[in-house]
Amino acid sequence: MARVLIVAEHDGRTLNSSTARCVSCAASFEASAIDIAVLAADGAAVAAQAAALEGVTGVIRVDHPANEFPLAAVAAPQICALAADYTHVFGPSTTFGKDLMPRIAALLGVGQVSDIMHAESAWRFQRPIYAGNAILTVETPDDRPVVATVRTASYQAAESTGSAPISERAVEAEIPTHTRYVELRSDSGGGRPDLQTASRVVSGGRGVGSMENFEIIERLADALGAAVGASRAAVDAGYAGNDLQVGQTGKIIAPDLYIAVGISGAIQHLTGIKDAGVIVAINKDEDAPLFEVADIGLVADLFTAVPELIEALGEQAGGNS
Amino acid sequence: MTVVDTILVPVKRVVDANVRVRVKPDGSGMALDGVKMSINPFDEIALEEALRIRERGETAEVVVASIGPAVCTQQLRAGLAMGADRAILVETELDLEPLTVARTLKALVGRENSELVILGKQAIDGDNNQTGQMLAALWGRPQACFSSELSFSNGIATAMREVDAGIEVIEVELPAVVTTDLRLNEPRYTKLPDILKAKKKPLETLTLGELDVEPQAQFRVLGFETPPERPSGEKVRDVAELVLALRQKGVL
Repeated sequence: MARVLIVAEHDGRTLNSSTARCVSCAASFEASAIDIAVLAADGAAVAAQAAALEGVTGVIRVDHPANEFPLAAVAAPQICALAADYTHVFGPSTTFGKDLMPRIAALLGVGQVSDIMHAESAWRFQRPIYAGNAILTVETPDDRPVVATVRTASYQAAESTGSAPISERAVEAEIPTHTRYVELRSDSGGGRPDLQTASRVVSGGRGVGSMENFEIIERLADALGAAVGASRAAVDAGYAGNDLQVGQTGKIIAPDLYIAVGISGAIQHLTGIKDAGVIVAINKDEDAPLFEVADIGLVADLFTAVPELIEALGEQAGGNS
Repeated sequence: MTVVDTILVPVKRVVDANVRVRVKPDGSGMALDGVKMSINPFDEIALEEALRIRERGETAEVVVASIGPAVCTQQLRAGLAMGADRAILVETELDLEPLTVARTLKALVGRENSELVILGKQAIDGDNNQTGQMLAALWGRPQACFSSELSFSNGIATAMREVDAGIEVIEVELPAVVTTDLRLNEPRYTKLPDILKAKKKPLETLTLGELDVEPQAQFRVLGFETPPERPSGEKVRDVAELVLALRQKGVL
């Protein structure tokens, strides 16, 4: 039977929902144990949140000053020390997991399955390749640990209705000192929902034209209570921060509603939104590839259409109140 | 002042980013016959960064390496034309898993006494995003993954990493592995004289055996499928129709 250890992603206070999505992946092949490892300086709050996830059988707290910030080189040997009791070691396919999990795999002397989107069994997985142009089915050997990242957009977050036991473990590995965390620079947000978990997302592309104009995207997002996203072209041009990039090499998201404004729709962008519920494209170029996958397309100048849409949404909100 | 003597830049030969690849009708693989091949774009960014480090006088030498069939010399020549000093091909017909690639690179690092390896964060074919991290683990050295800015001071590299929450700044002691994100730099265009010059630069061919690497295939590939396509939807004429359509779909 499969025994799965999941590495918790958190910021020291709050468990990232990517962890709850990994739990759902492990639950999908009926693992007999789903334990979560919380590495932190003081993991009490995060461990409690992890223990509440439905399906989790145990939480292991590893408190150490070196675990204050998520450094792959620091975390990997500690996870490897815990891995002996498990058949699987999972992490989310976020920048946190992408950084950490291959380091764990190599220390364990095994390969890694990246971006699990479906588990046919505990040892047979599907994952996207070529920017999502193909789905690969791979089988992993059952005589060694399976190290994998879970494509978070493919799984719902497990509910917080459980209550698993929490145990504490001392660090059983040598912690390297060659890597130092300096700081996190984050300028996004503005009180908006998190891009990766938002139910509504409004993204702007090259068509928006400038950093100043990008404000129109933010206004539409605020009118909808949506998160803001951006295409690679918009991020490259400096209209938006890198943490807003949606696509193959940015964030893979699955909101109920995705509105793409002035985004042509390169394949690398489409791979980031293919799990969205309803995709809306607003673009003045009627040949934009995004129209091929959009559920609703509006060929229009965004600088006319978006203010109109903001106004219409305002009227609707007024009418409902 | 020189920070490291030799920077190793591994480059992978992949389908060009502008090619829309398809699964073979029998599901046995991807239809790649006759398609344009290029250096993995993230590796091209890695090479550009190494060249800029050399132009700043912080390294003496940039070595490009590729692992694959003889035809990978095309990408190595392209790397030499961009400005690399010499090239190494580790020739194999096998389609290696990232762990074996990392083991091969580890052997090359030892052979070349390289103290800095810069490579793409992922290859755009397999989208694995593993090799740099695995190399750093096997080497027992730091990793600065998804870097969008890189500088050096007193044997320490400072990297700005593109992470989900923004930009994370870390310091790593050299030797180290750096993987590149898109915004690290914009690779230069190669000029014709450089292509001609590149033909005279050294290109060495090795085998996995010469590097004492035993290729291992841990995974069994069971098949390739084309993902289901999203059916294309409706076009609306104006914003009023758009709002109506959004209501009908229950998302407003």
